Parts: sequence; structure tokens; C-alpha cells
Amino acid sequence: MLMLSNILLQISTPVPKDIPLQLPMPEWLLVILLVVSFLAHILFVNLMLGGTILTLWYEIKGLKNKDHDTFAREIGLTITVNKSLAVVLGVAPLLSISVLYTIYFYSANALTGTAWIMIVPLVILAFLLTYLHKYTWDLLAGNKPLHIFIIALSAALFLFIPLIFLVNINLMMFPEKWGIIRGFLSALTLPNVFPRYFHFICASLAITGLFIFWYNKRKNYPFEEIYHSLTRYDIKKIGYSIALGASIAQFLFGPLLFLTLPSKGIGWNLIILILTGAAIAIPAMWWIWKALSGPEKNIDKNFGKIIAAMSITIFFMGSGRQIYRSNALEPHQKMVAAATKDFERRAQEARDELKEQKVTPVVVNTPETQIRRGKESYDSNCAVCHKMNERLVGPPIMEVIGLYKDDETKLKKWIREPYKKRPEYSAMSAFPHLPEEELNSLTMYLLSLNK
Amino acid sequence: MDFPLFHLDWLNDRFLIAFIAILHVWINHGLAVGFMPYITWLEYKGVKNAPSNQITDPEWDEVVYNKMKVAFIITTTLGAMTGVGIWFSAALVSPNSIASLLRVFYFAWFVEWIVFVTEIVLILIYFLTWRNANKSLRSKLKHIRFGVFLSVFSWITMCVIVAILGFMMDPGNWLTDQSLFNGFTNPIYLPQLLFRTPTAMVVAGIFGLMLTTLFAAKKTKTKNKMLHYGGIWVLLWTPLSILGAVIYYKVMPSAMIANMSTAVGTMAFEQYYNILKYIIVVSAFVALLFALWAIIKPKSFKFAATILPFIIILGFLGIFERVREFVRKPYIIGNYMYSNLIREDYYPLLQKEGVLKNATYTSVNEITEENKIQAGREVFVITCSRCHTTQGINSITNVFERMYGKGKPLDVEAMKAYMPGMHKVRTYMPPFPGNKEEMDALACYIKYLQQTGESLEGAQTRGIDINPDHTTEAILPLMN
Repeated sequence: MLMLSNILLQISTPVPKDIPLQLPMPEWLLVILLVVSFLAHILFVNLMLGGTILTLWYEIKGLKNKDHDTFAREIGLTITVNKSLAVVLGVAPLLSISVLYTIYFYSANALTGTAWIMIVPLVILAFLLTYLHKYTWDLLAGNKPLHIFIIALSAALFLFIPLIFLVNINLMMFPEKWGIIRGFLSALTLPNVFPRYFHFICASLAITGLFIFWYNKRKNYPFEEIYHSLTRYDIKKIGYSIALGASIAQFLFGPLLFLTLPSKGIGWNLIILILTGAAIAIPAMWWIWKALSGPEKNIDKNFGKIIAAMSITIFFMGSGRQIYRSNALEPHQKMVAAATKDFERRAQEARDELKEQKVTPVVVNTPETQIRRGKESYDSNCAVCHKMNERLVGPPIMEVIGLYKDDETKLKKWIREPYKKRPEYSAMSAFPHLPEEELNSLTMYLLSLNK
Repeated sequence: MDFPLFHLDWLNDRFLIAFIAILHVWINHGLAVGFMPYITWLEYKGVKNAPSNQITDPEWDEVVYNKMKVAFIITTTLGAMTGVGIWFSAALVSPNSIASLLRVFYFAWFVEWIVFVTEIVLILIYFLTWRNANKSLRSKLKHIRFGVFLSVFSWITMCVIVAILGFMMDPGNWLTDQSLFNGFTNPIYLPQLLFRTPTAMVVAGIFGLMLTTLFAAKKTKTKNKMLHYGGIWVLLWTPLSILGAVIYYKVMPSAMIANMSTAVGTMAFEQYYNILKYIIVVSAFVALLFALWAIIKPKSFKFAATILPFIIILGFLGIFERVREFVRKPYIIGNYMYSNLIREDYYPLLQKEGVLKNATYTSVNEITEENKIQAGREVFVITCSRCHTTQGINSITNVFERMYGKGKPLDVEAMKAYMPGMHKVRTYMPPFPGNKEEMDALACYIKYLQQTGESLEGAQTRGIDINPDHTTEAILPLMN
């Protein structure tokens, strides 16, 4: 029974209040900044992840073929540069999404808090491993298993960390699920996390494939000094094959991702955007296929066009993510705005009410009124720690007052600047902030107790 | 109230931020801001002191390169990720305040980000082209020029951050004057910069001495000469660091100074504040002493000798950061938001109606005799858990036991009497934001904590309970 009532309670959707401050710039501008800076960030994340996977793969293959080992080493050199750019470029989208979707993003972060904060040490560890791998290539030439293990560990970390980000980006869109989430693992089981993940992994491989093609095509790259048996053509073919294979896989994971998306954010704007994006990738894939199956001298043909088409596809898909998020959250955002407005109004009313009460009548400074105000001050400042005749935090007040008799100056000095006097008590707090007038009333009241 | 609250019940949430932030400051100051000019200077010395037929002294250049390699690896891993980590941890521990600051300072952070991207690109260029640049004198001099650019950009990154931090700390002004320009003109800005710049140089110098003992071959001229230079570097910057510390301390607004005695730890450690003065004197003295040693007797200077000044100077920097953070209390944003993440403006409403009624995430919104402990737990999460744990660091039972006597059973009535006026007695505490019934429930919960030794889980494991008054069903009638 208890279980049932819990479940019933949990299906409700929370409507929190938002931060009552204006966005720093028009929303559309922030959205553009978010999408563009995110694409720049994810490009280098893709290259970092794809580079690590391929380094691992070709270093293993390199056990048999020396040139594959060299190829692994060459890709490996690019990882540490790409990873530095990935991190630094990640800050802008992080801040932009935090500003645009504060309530949603930070709530998802907290609900998966342990995993979220683990990103920091895990990324540090993965980065240190890639450096270790990079700088021990010669040192560990005689101990390949260990060297391969280092990059394998780094690849495993790089493969895991994106899951934490994806879980957060996914969870933030579904406040209706927040009530049933108990940590990262339960958020991981929401329906479309894994299709998103595989979509991302394939994108990483596709982009890294194109990167490898470009990297080895450069005229000033001393390819022939580095490799013995492999030719530029061979490596370029590897790059294009990876790009093509991964792009074909996207046509499987893409629809799967689309079908597992909860319906609330799907609109015609999204469908048109995604279909257009996918359509533009098709000629690019055709050109890659022609380059791979055609004569060697033609392999560089259409490279510019391929990059252009793929860039447009990526931009469309990146915008699609944002459109879905915006569609999905819009009704909830309106409710949050209403709740915020209502709360702000009530808070204002309570403030006004308090202000009215505070209009105090003019008081004549007679000794009686002063002692009465002294008692008020005593109640709010001193009674917290002192009782009249018993020990509370501090000693009984009657005992203390006995020490001062009529020495008002000494008493005032003590209240302003007390110090640790009695070993069995902790030191009294100082009251330098008490207004002079209040201090006068207070000491007057205290000394009146003595009489 | 409006965010699920992440909570570390043993480590303390603040400690998480502090740990990440101080690590970042150490690396940023010691290995970027101070280290880049130090390395560039040494690289230049290598060219200047080179034999006439060579571009640079190769042995010298190799040692400098290796030192740079260490800085490069640490700054681009630990340094970069702890910087991002500050955002990650602040989002978890202090969502309301970081979100508010971000809305006002987004543009400032954006500028900072652009400078930061430039810095990273420069550090990549500087380090990764080092070897190739040794091929001709022209490219070597160009490389040194990149070092200068990198040094300048590392320093500018710090200048912008200090402006943002300084401004965010300036009580009362942050909402009325929202321009970054204000950050540069506020009275605490220049003194902070005056303190941080030379201190970064000193930390870098000591770290440099440490690396020299590791990378330079023993008993060589290169090693002795580099220790000599390192010593001079530290010797020249230390007096400026002391001067900066003194000026910085002096301009802290007087209200903040009043709080500073509690800044170095918790109440019981007030005496530590006096020790702070000695820490400044002692660490400066130690730095000078070791600098002189490196200059006068470089032959006897060993790795082990650098450990003590290294630890002391990091401690020195760490304590200053701790003080800077603490002087904000009881606010997290001056005169706007208290450190319990509740806005000052909301107090009249919350003290009248209670925090539970107005919280989005709570399992109790009406306190009864039966749910009192649970209600107290929710009140604790909302109003205390940002700074206090139940049984860990700065635990609530411990702070009360310190007042009423260690090990003695806590008295609910006494705690209830204490809560309404606690902000007057403990000026770093915010006023209690809830109503009388909530104080009662909280006091009962604290007593219960003492009796049971129970701990508290955060939203990251426990999940959330949604207040039925704050659901879509409850809010819809407000929409017109």
C-alpha cells in the first residue's frame, strides 16, 4: 500500500520557481551562442574520442604491421591538442545552457550529482593517461601490452564520460521524470539515452575519419619520411572508409533515436530540419564512395564539397537538438514563469505588510522607556545564551551583573570586545555592530537588574 | 527550495567547492600566471648566455623545456579541469547563487572565456613548437615572443577573474551597477591584483627551484646557475608579495574585517586569525631564506630543501582564498542572497508562511506532531545543509554541543530559543528563514540526530519528494 501511494505521488511534475533576474541578452541570441559554441566544442570532443579509439585499434594492429603502429602514434599526437580545445571550448556552451535553462539543467545535475562531479576527476585521469601514453611511446616500446593498456583505459574513460553528459542533457528535458530518479543509474535507464549515445559515437568516428583524410592530405606533412610501406593513398582510404561506415550506421541510429524520443518535443519544425540534414549527408556519402571505388588519382576530388555538406548536416542536427529541447520545455517554462510571478507577488505583499507594521510611534526618552527597550534588546541579543539564574550557553546573567556593579563603561567594553575568560565556557560573541543607543539602553537595563 | 539539493553529509558541500577552487588557484597562479614569465625569462637567458656559435645553450634549454613540460601537462589537465570543476561543483552546491551571478555576469564570463581560449591556444603553440623553434635564431626569438604573449594572456585571464570576483563580493552594488567596468574600479580590485601577481611569481619561483633540482644534472654549471636565477626571482618578488598582502588586508571593508577572525576556520579556531599574521611573516621569511640559499650556496641546494617552502607558500595562498570566501558571510551575494541560498527579500513571506509551504521539493508542507522529525529534516535540508552536515564536518549536532557542552543531551527548548536571534550572536550566520513551527521541528530533528546518529542523503542518492502545492496541477489555475 505504501509503495503504491509513493508511486502515485511520484508521477506528479514539479513546477519550481525560476531565478527572478532577466536573461543577460535576448533569448534568441543566447540560443545561437549555445548551438554554435556547442558544435565547436563537440567537434573537438569527437576528434578526441575518435582519435583515442583509432589509436588503440591501430596500435593493436601495429603488433603485426609496424606501419600501423606508426599510424597509431601519428593519430595519438593529435589527441592531446584536441582534448585541450575540447575542454576550453566547452565552457561557453556550459555557461549558455546554465543561463538559458537554469532550473532544468541544475536540477538534472543535482539528481545525478555523484556522477556529475565525478566528471572532473575522470576527465583529469583520462587526460593524464593520454599524456602518459604519448610520452612513453619509445620508453615502453619493449612492453607493448602495458602501453596498449594505458590507451585502452583512457579510451574506456572517454567512452564512459559522454554518458554522464548525455544523461544530464536528456534528464533536464523531462521534469515529469525527476520524481522517480534515484541517482545516475536510474537516469541512465530513461528510454532514449543509449540511442543518443550510439549516435554520438558514430558521429565521432565519422568526423575523425574525415580528419584523418585531411591530416594526411596536407602538402607540408612529411608523410614519406614517417611511413615505410603505407602510402598516403592507403591512409586516406582508411579515413574515408571509417567516415563512410560510421555515416551509414548513423542512418540506423538516427531513426532509432528519433523513434525513442518522447513525443512532447516533436513538431513539424523538427521533422523537416532533421530530414533535410540527413538528405544533405547523402550526396557527401556518395562522393566518399566514388572516391574510395574510383582511381587513386581522383581520391582528393570533392573533398571540399564533402566537408561542406557534412558541416551543413552537423549544423542541422545540432539545431534539431535545440528545437526539440525548446519544443519539449516550452509549456513547462510557461508554468514556471507563472509560479515565479505568483511567488514574487506574494513576497512583495509580505514585505509591504512588514513595512507598515514597522512604523513605530515616537517615543520620549524617559528612563522607563529606555529600560524597556533595553529589555527588548536583551531578549533578542542575549537571551539566546543567557538565562537569569541558570547556566545556558553562558553563565547566569545575575551572576555576571554582580561583577559590574555600577561600572557601565566596563560592561559596555565587555559587550563590545569580550574574550575567553572562563575555562569551562566558550568565549562570548562580540557585539561591535550594536548601535551606541541600543547599547546604552541595554546596559541601563542590565544594571537595573542589580538594584 | 527550487532545486533538488545535492548534499555531502560527511565531507560538507562547501569543502567540495573549496577543495576544487583552491587546487585551481594553486595551479593557475603557480603554474600559469607566475610560471609562464619565469620560463620565458629562463628561455631568454639561455639564448643570451649561449656560446657565440650556438642559438642557445642546449643543456640549459633542455632543462627549461622539461620544466615547461611539467607545467604544460599539469595546467592542461588538473588546471583546466579544476577550473571547469568550479562550475560543476557550484551548480551542485550553490545553484541559486551561481545562477544569479551568471545572469548578471554572463558577458563578463564570456569575455573571460575568450581570453582563456586565447591563453590555451598560446600555451599549445608555445610548448608544442619549442623543439622546432630551436632550428634558427629567428624562430627561437619568435618563440620567446610567444612566451611573452602567453605570459601576458595568463595575467589578463587573472585580471578579468579578479574583477569578476571582486565585484561579486562588493556588497550592495552588484544589482544596481551591472557593468564589468565596476569590477575594475571597486576598491578591492587593485589591492587583490597587487597581492596575487607577485604571490603567483613567488609560488612559480619556488616550484621552479623544485623542478630545477629534479631536471638539471647534478653538480653541473647549468644547475647551479639556474638555481641562482631562481633564487633571484623569488628574492625580488617576495617583498612585493608582502606589500600586496598588507595593502589587501587594509582595504577590506571594515564590516568584513569584523568577520575575519572567524574566517580561518570555525568559531573555536578564532585564535587562528592571529596566527594568519604570523603565517604571512613566516612564509615570506622562509621564501627569502631559501632564495638566499639557492643564490649563495646552490651546490648544497637539494630537492628536499624545496618541499617546506613549497608547502608553506601554497598554504599561504590557500588561507587567503579561504578568508576571501568567508568574509562574504552571512551573505553569498552581498545584501541580496544569504549563504543558505535564500534571498533576503523573501524572508518576510517565508518567516510568516514557513519555508516548507513555499518549497518545491519537500515531503512535508504542513507540520503535525506525527511528521515533526521528517519536517525538521526537510527544514534542515533547505535552510542548513549548504554549510552544515548532520554528523560530518561542521555538523549541526557538533556546533550545538560546542555551545551547550560536549556529550550532554541537547535541549529542544534552548535550541528553539537560540534560533530567532542566532544571527545577532553569530554574525556570520543568516537569520533563520522559517516560522516558529519550523524552528520547533528543526530543534526536534537536531535532538533526534544527536540521539540516533542518523545521517542525511542528498538528492543525488535519495531523489526528491515533490510538494503537491508545486506541481503542474497546482500551478495551472494560476495561468491565464
